[in-house]
Amino acid sequence: MGKKKLSSVFLNGILTENPTFRLVLGTCPTLAVTTAAVNGIGMGLAATFVLIGSNVVISLLRNVIPSKVRIPAFVVVICTFVTIVQMLMQAFIPSLYESLGLFIPLIVVNCIILARAEAFASKNTVIASAVDGLGMGLGFTLALTLIASIREILGNGSVFGIQLFGESFQPMLLMILPAGGFLTFGLMIGLVNFLSERTAKREG
Amino acid sequence: MEHVGKFLLFMVSCVLTNNFIFAKFYGICPFLGVSSKVETAMGMGLAVTFVMGLASLFTWAVYQLLAAAGLEYLNTISFILIIAGLVQFVEMFIKKSSPSLYKSLGIYLPLITTNCAVLGVTLVNVQESYGVVYSVFNGIFSALGFMLAIVLMAGVRERLESSKIPECLKGFPISLITAGLMSIAFLGFSGMV
Repeated sequence: MGKKKLSSVFLNGILTENPTFRLVLGTCPTLAVTTAAVNGIGMGLAATFVLIGSNVVISLLRNVIPSKVRIPAFVVVICTFVTIVQMLMQAFIPSLYESLGLFIPLIVVNCIILARAEAFASKNTVIASAVDGLGMGLGFTLALTLIASIREILGNGSVFGIQLFGESFQPMLLMILPAGGFLTFGLMIGLVNFLSERTAKREG
Repeated sequence: MEHVGKFLLFMVSCVLTNNFIFAKFYGICPFLGVSSKVETAMGMGLAVTFVMGLASLFTWAVYQLLAAAGLEYLNTISFILIIAGLVQFVEMFIKKSSPSLYKSLGIYLPLITTNCAVLGVTLVNVQESYGVVYSVFNGIFSALGFMLAIVLMAGVRERLESSKIPECLKGFPISLITAGLMSIAFLGFSGMV
């Protein structure tokens, strides 16, 4: 596979098929952990690690796994990587582990990972699958960090824990409550749709 | 009497205050995917309730075995396999008993396996170290909360069909914004427990 094609696989995950804004997959962690920018990045990177790992292993095994039992086989592979991430986080970054809570083991049921295994890794070479995992993972991380930053700025007046405004700032508490997650995410997808429609009109 | 009161409070908190969709964000994918018709939403809710109740029971038993063997770290992987088996069972059952429901649930039926609500509730049971009775009731009542949310949402969306929505907000965005407003309404319950 040429260099050009690999780069398009990589960019595919970040822009054209961004898992969060374009495919709207993995919505649960997107809404739940994005109360602070740090959590967004942490969740995104954990999912990226799992994506790359599971894509590589599944791509290696793609000729061994019979197609009838492929889904359970994929889930077992994904689950192994999630358990690794969970143990590493618990040991080295316990504060992040605490704040992400149950959503770390729940990476297992994140649709993005199973979807990439099924749609890409089970049909492509190891290198391409690893690049796809990296691209998709980073696309997910970027989207989470963006949503989390908006919510943290509006709801807490800070970003990555650094206060942006003076004492007089009245935070919009609603934004870090669940309702704020739904509203921000909905409006963000709407904005992405609006922008892509406008560019399509201009080009057409 | 004290137990009864405690139990009632537990039920209310599962269904309303700690609603799986609006407060905890478990199971958003089917919530957005299958909430276009009230009837389908009911079917989905019932299937999920059944799976969550049984999954809570089985995972509780398996966790006792794992804990006795000192293999707690295997809980995620063994839970997901149990859930996958149960979903397969439900799928076969619905296919036989109600082919029309089977058709309208479509891809979302096998996807109950990857519904975070199911794995979520079993992990919550472990985390809170609930006994067998509380585990099963936690599963069932949380699922009823999920069903309440998805049916309400379906009702709203049936009406949205005929209203004028800006082009770029059609589909997912307007559903998410609606869910946001419903979530604000559910905040009102938080004073109850």
